[in-house]
Amino acid sequence: MQHKYASPKFFYTLAGQLTPWAATITALLLVTGLYLALFIAPADYQQGESYRIMFIHVPAAWMSMFIYMMMAGAGAVALVWNVKLAEIFASNCAPIGASFTLLTLATGSLWGKPMWGTWWAWDARLTSELILFFLYIGYMALQASIDDPRRAARAAAILALVGVVNIPVIHFSVEWWNTLHQPASVSKIGAPSIHPSMLAPLLLMSLAFTFYFFTVALMRMRNEILERERHTTWVARVLDPES
Amino acid sequence: MPKLLKAVGCLLHRDLTVALRRSTDILTPLIFFVIVVSLFPLGLGPEPSVLKTIAPGVIWVAALLATMLSLNRLFANDHADGTLEQMALSPHPLTVLVLTKVTAHWMLTGLPLVLISPLLAIQMFLPESAIGTLTLSLLLGTPVLSLLGAVGAALTLGLRGGGVLVSLLVLPLYTPVLIFGAGAVAGVIADIDVEAHFSLLGAFLALALAFAPWAAAAALRVSLD
Repeated sequence: MQHKYASPKFFYTLAGQLTPWAATITALLLVTGLYLALFIAPADYQQGESYRIMFIHVPAAWMSMFIYMMMAGAGAVALVWNVKLAEIFASNCAPIGASFTLLTLATGSLWGKPMWGTWWAWDARLTSELILFFLYIGYMALQASIDDPRRAARAAAILALVGVVNIPVIHFSVEWWNTLHQPASVSKIGAPSIHPSMLAPLLLMSLAFTFYFFTVALMRMRNEILERERHTTWVARVLDPES
Repeated sequence: MPKLLKAVGCLLHRDLTVALRRSTDILTPLIFFVIVVSLFPLGLGPEPSVLKTIAPGVIWVAALLATMLSLNRLFANDHADGTLEQMALSPHPLTVLVLTKVTAHWMLTGLPLVLISPLLAIQMFLPESAIGTLTLSLLLGTPVLSLLGAVGAALTLGLRGGGVLVSLLVLPLYTPVLIFGAGAVAGVIADIDVEAHFSLLGAFLALALAFAPWAAAAALRVSLD
């Protein structure tokens, strides 16, 4: 049974059925989250309206790390059990993760201008986000320079596993350096220092981003499955049902 | 076990001999290190207070780049003449053989950088108290650079544009070492206790010793497929 789900042919159909659902959930969450974030949540007593960038910035930053973990995890599965589907998933995580990282950097810089008075500060978390972006770029560059897709996937998986050591460094760098970035306010276990009216849209936006990630990943995986299996008869039948 | 030790000894001896017969290979990264550091006073002006402030970072970044330049020497020649495949086929664990090759690489690249660093420190007006710290931080840090670099070198083995690609893969991974290596030297200048920096550098070395040879061996097996 497990084998059936891991076969690219079966997954292609399954992903095709799941994609519209995932896309609908993404849209619903995004609309609700944005409405709560932009209209319902009160303005911050110190930062005014510009704090609302946080509702994009923070979930994007979470996603950038989450996707790297997913990518490394899938890479490990691909290396150990030789699962083709995990390879395809891992290699399609990278562009999405890199986009979220770039979004984090861009929104962080937009928020920094009114708050800190500069577009860029060498603050711990911005810097580690930049390094994460470089890691994604390296991953994609390595994959692009190896022609054989299976070899590329395995080499990239090793790189992702080495890079995942960097993720704890990213998290703990907040404590290692004392800089002008405000301390993380949601991760405090027990009593979060953020008001529920702001927490709800933040969590909704994170969920929306997560579903967006799965939607796009499914679509990209379908494409790559077709490309990898283009010499098989079932792909020929999918592309041209009359033959 | 004695057989493995003998193999390790042979490999180390062989790598060192081969490198010493072509001594320009050893000298090039070292001279690059010296030139890069010497360029900064020319670009920034000879003001001792400015040079003193930037010295830890400049020397460390130059060490990073010099190590990176020497990485293609690690596996490329052995790959070209088929020696690497014989090593992969030998009954000895590839991880241990990779660790041996990395050790040889460090002795030929990292160690010379460490030994010449006091000279550059004087050139950059580092106070005497910081020179020992610089040397010690490089002594702890450069093996990490060689170990992580081995993973990058193994992953890019035989690829087109491997030289530039390896820098893309390896430099982001070098950042923690750079932060705490240069941080230790800057800390001594600012009169801060730097024990934590050295503990972390030691921790990175232990971590890299445990995992990097293993990852590099896995990468070599992928590249040799």
